[in-house]
Amino acid sequence: MSTTKRLRPARSQVSSSSFDTALGWQPRKPTIMLLRAAVCAIILFVFAGPIMTIIAGAFDLNPDPTRLTLFPTNPSLENFEVATHRGIWGFFWNSLMIAGFGLLLQITVAVTAGYALARRKFRGQAIVLGIFLATMMLPEEVVAVPLAVVLGDLPLVGISLRGTIFAIILPVAASAFSILVMAAFMRDIPDEIVEAATIDGAGEMRILVEIILPMCKPALGVVAIFGFIGIWDQYLLPIIAANRTSDYMITVALASLRADVQVGTGVLLAGAFLALVPSLIVYLLLQNSLVRGITSGAIKG
Amino acid sequence: MTQQAGEAMTPLVQNAASRPSAGTQRRRSRPQSRWWSVWLFLLPALLLFLYFKFIPMFQGIQMSFQRVRPFLGNEWIGWSNYIAVINDPRFHDAIIHTLILGFGQSIGAVIGGLVLALLLEGASKTLWFVRTAAFLPVVTATAVIGEVWRIIYFPAPNGFLNSMIGTVGLDPVRWLEDPGVALYSIMAVGIWQGAPYNMVIFLAGLAGVDRSLYEASAIDGAKLRHRLWYVTLPALRPAMTIVLVLAAVRSLRVFTDVWVLTGGGPAGATDVWMTRIYSLGFERNQMGIAAAGSILLLLASVALTALALLITRKRAEK
Repeated sequence: MSTTKRLRPARSQVSSSSFDTALGWQPRKPTIMLLRAAVCAIILFVFAGPIMTIIAGAFDLNPDPTRLTLFPTNPSLENFEVATHRGIWGFFWNSLMIAGFGLLLQITVAVTAGYALARRKFRGQAIVLGIFLATMMLPEEVVAVPLAVVLGDLPLVGISLRGTIFAIILPVAASAFSILVMAAFMRDIPDEIVEAATIDGAGEMRILVEIILPMCKPALGVVAIFGFIGIWDQYLLPIIAANRTSDYMITVALASLRADVQVGTGVLLAGAFLALVPSLIVYLLLQNSLVRGITSGAIKG
Repeated sequence: MTQQAGEAMTPLVQNAASRPSAGTQRRRSRPQSRWWSVWLFLLPALLLFLYFKFIPMFQGIQMSFQRVRPFLGNEWIGWSNYIAVINDPRFHDAIIHTLILGFGQSIGAVIGGLVLALLLEGASKTLWFVRTAAFLPVVTATAVIGEVWRIIYFPAPNGFLNSMIGTVGLDPVRWLEDPGVALYSIMAVGIWQGAPYNMVIFLAGLAGVDRSLYEASAIDGAKLRHRLWYVTLPALRPAMTIVLVLAAVRSLRVFTDVWVLTGGGPAGATDVWMTRIYSLGFERNQMGIAAAGSILLLLASVALTALALLITRKRAEK
């Protein structure tokens, strides 16, 4: 992680010293090591514990709504069976489709718009950039009320997207953050490489797909993980985009599982587990991209 | 590798404007591209933004001056919706709750992130694992987090958190049901989710602190707290400003956490700006008043962002 960036003074490359960390942890001192272990255990309990209880509770047959465990005491798949009867897989499928196609579209839009901003010079470039930046002031929440009307009756085309996955995919497909990340990265690709391909007679589309895109893998990783988290975390949009409750994404459907008095906490946690797993997989695959995206955006602003 | 990519992406916005000298050269090297082809590349983004950002924004402005009546046609009513918002005591409460929540969560997550970063700084594999695990709340969907915290906050004496505080002799608390406590329970969840995010930023900042300064301060006889105060914290200050500003702007439109945890209750004690808009617009069908509330929210975010830009610009000039 970030520690790899550190430029250590030559001396401490041989033996790590208490000057390696701000708090001056002294390595190889038993009491200090013990203290560090205790601190780590507390942090794990506080931050990872609640997530662990979702996993444990989902596989635990335990009717008591007050008990949470870190390990299932009565392992069973019955929670998932009950959740299946409540249609949890349908909601899960909605979420997967929306996240999959939404992300694909968001990346495509970011690559093309980012390419135009970074590699081409044109009249009105500053205005286009201004428009993209302005959309950052208009997240789904701020425009939710009129967006609900627009989704029900698209101006000029006059069709209703409500109840289809497009009502969620299309609003999340264009992201100014993704576009700017792609543009910033593409700008740093050396001109010589592109020129060489131009001389070879490659068209613009081919240059983008075959030369520029493969060089943009780090930026694509950042866009992919931020895009996924952003789409999977949608809550208000799936509510206003739905025609009936069966259109909900799994995150929204959890609330109806909770409100269902006939099912217990275990079933709710089984649903929460399904809503958690894709996030975990994407996080483990793209962890480095996530850290890179967070730090690059914030350190220098 | 990691570092190169990070460096390449840092000047996100500044450089996106243009880089004239390189641009003119580029143009010559691409004779076969037509002038309009660039707009083909921009078309998807512009079209999507038009339909799902700008048209809703203008429609929202329009609706905020109308009584919205399905099937009958909207009626122009001037500033009445705005007056209704301004005179609505529940809206006042909601705005105050939003500010308390935003302020507490932003500050709390910065302090929490700082503590986490200081405690978990280091190169060992174990620390890397703990950092990875501690980051889980950030990647988990807010709705999932809300549901599990509802269970942790279970109000009965044998609820998870209540039984934990019971072991040290404290009385059970009705975390989400007591009007005097509920807002702070929500705030705690927000801090819990925001602190690990800030931790990553602060860890990157800590990695940038010149190690020889630590050695020098030790030679000068500085105590640990002096070293933290005079060496470490000043190095983290730029990151801290950015983190606070981003959190403050984002906190104005908080919705999901509150909606899942309390739905704005009990008795409106945790109503925030967005939950109020939601109830008015989608539950009571007062779309015009809800639109007026949204436009006011938009204006507040723009004002706060402008203020933030001004502060960061001033800082950059120094």
